[in-house]
Amino acid sequence: MPKPHRNLVRDYAQDLRLFGSPMSKLGLVLMIAAFLVLPTVVQDDFWLSVLIYAGITAVGAIGLNLLTGYCGQISLGHAFFIGAGAYVTAKAGGDFGLPFPLWLLAAAAGGAVLGGLIGPFTLRLRGHYLAIVTLGLVFLGEHLWRNLDDFTGGNSGTSVDADVAIGPVNFADLSIFGESYSRNQGWFWLVWTLVGLVALLVKNLARTRPGRALQAVRDRDQAAEVIGVRAGRYKIGAFMTSSAIASTAGALFGSYQQFVSPDEWNLLLSIQYIAVIIVGGLGTVFGSVLGALFVGALPALIDRYSDVIPGVRTSVGDSGFISVFALNQAIFGLLIVLFLVLEPRGLAGIWLRIKTYFKTWPFSY
Amino acid sequence: MTTFLQNCFAGLALGSTYALVALGFVVIYKSTGVINFAQGGLLALGAYLGYTFSTNLAIAFGVAILLACASAALVGAGFERIVLRRMVGQPPFAVIMITIGLLFVLEPLITAIWGFDNLQVTNPWNIRTVEAGGIVFGVRDLWTIGLTAAVVVAFFLFFRYTSLGLAMRATAFDPEAALAQGISARRVYAVSWAIASALAALAGITMAAGPGGLTPSIGFIALAAFPAMILGGLDSPAGAVLGGIVIGLAEALTRGYQDQLFSWAGDNVSIIVPYLLMIVILLIRPYGLLGTKDVRRI
Repeated sequence: MPKPHRNLVRDYAQDLRLFGSPMSKLGLVLMIAAFLVLPTVVQDDFWLSVLIYAGITAVGAIGLNLLTGYCGQISLGHAFFIGAGAYVTAKAGGDFGLPFPLWLLAAAAGGAVLGGLIGPFTLRLRGHYLAIVTLGLVFLGEHLWRNLDDFTGGNSGTSVDADVAIGPVNFADLSIFGESYSRNQGWFWLVWTLVGLVALLVKNLARTRPGRALQAVRDRDQAAEVIGVRAGRYKIGAFMTSSAIASTAGALFGSYQQFVSPDEWNLLLSIQYIAVIIVGGLGTVFGSVLGALFVGALPALIDRYSDVIPGVRTSVGDSGFISVFALNQAIFGLLIVLFLVLEPRGLAGIWLRIKTYFKTWPFSY
Repeated sequence: MTTFLQNCFAGLALGSTYALVALGFVVIYKSTGVINFAQGGLLALGAYLGYTFSTNLAIAFGVAILLACASAALVGAGFERIVLRRMVGQPPFAVIMITIGLLFVLEPLITAIWGFDNLQVTNPWNIRTVEAGGIVFGVRDLWTIGLTAAVVVAFFLFFRYTSLGLAMRATAFDPEAALAQGISARRVYAVSWAIASALAALAGITMAAGPGGLTPSIGFIALAAFPAMILGGLDSPAGAVLGGIVIGLAEALTRGYQDQLFSWAGDNVSIIVPYLLMIVILLIRPYGLLGTKDVRRI
């Protein structure tokens, strides 16, 4: 008997496969190859740091997408949890000198606890009210970070001196088989490994019973409750998981940058993450990563090429009408508006259309 | 006692600005079901337009206020017409994000046109003060309170007695039934945005005429008006005014007694007081003081 066509799905198990078709298996192999080879090809510190920041953004964005894309809870408070992660790292990894896996877990646990504190609000408030409470969280957070001097160093910030070694493998000073690598090369592998792990975690979560419950809550929470989904429990769960992931991203951010200050955890950061998931595609893990590469890399690129872009002012006395910071902000705003109006499914949606075109070829019209 | 009254007056002046902005939020929310995060951007735009009219073009201040409000209203209605009309039927998340997008485009645009410098708006009030009973009243603050009161009264009369006001109330109550009765929802939406933008512009100019002058961060005050709106209830105009005044008083009193009572809470604790108050109220009354409870039927 001939084998069925590769695209034919005959049971649920097949439908739920992570990497089902031969093409996506090829894609996986290509991604792993790119992951392994890229840092040895691109050795320039600038480009590696852009990719590392994009990877850190991807981790945080996957967390936000779990909350907003999968569970339908609007949060403008993502920056708060990212900041919390960075400060926990400064304390646990720097002052207490915990090893890498432990401080990463500590940061995640801290984020989960803080996310759980939002629990009572998610139970009582929906939609607009929740968005504004989480907005308040950013301001409360900023006040806390500025005033908890012992923990955060106050306005002047704190250095994050956490080491990133798992056993004998130190990512900041990597040497394998007698070949030694730079700090950025090691960090690239570390960060993107974590992107892979978090992506796999959320992807698997979405396939399981809780994942489907989350999506039912997103689509219509009342109907979900009627068919027996404990909506409140899943909302709090989504908040805790998402904040834990955000804090992990913050932990990576802090220890890569080695220094953090309260100015970084503002509303713009929250909005940047929202721009990432909207541009990438709401409710898809792949979209979060695409969005992070696209939007997360923008600020660094604009900063680097600001002297080439017309009208941009690089320093205070310079001619030109718009500053680098303002240009970033305007681009985030424009991207959000344009994508929501023209392509609400984001880059992942465009990717899906391209894929469908080739899948159904020659009948693609 | 004098200090207390002085602080209360400062709170009232601040609260009227919050009330104007919060009223704008409520107008848009009531008729279109959207929270307009771009209100701060419109406020700043109105303030800068007011500056251009009154200082650069040397138009009389009263006329400059009217012109700035009218131009801001045009911008608001235009944005509704060009962008938001395409978003009808989309989830609230998408629409909120669109208004955030607008805010993030407006702010750099304003700094690109007017720069970051502190500008002084030519205005008839200057920094004159009146003293009565040991309390110093800023003339600008008195005008702000007076203007707010007048605008709020005009707004409620408009809402209550004009046919457009009736159309707006009908659309807010049940959009489909209103449409079936021949009310143009498009006109109602455009008018709501225009009113909200004009209110924001008025708040912006009165603030810019103050001793602090005009800087790009002026739109920041709209963020502090969110708690005012939530406190009063998202869909209650009266609640917006009440919430504005309560938040304004709370903020000013905290600032006044910071050294004596709140020194343990760190510097500038008054900035976060609106949010703390909002969080406490929401835990007790999730729909604000005067908001309609969201009834969920199965």
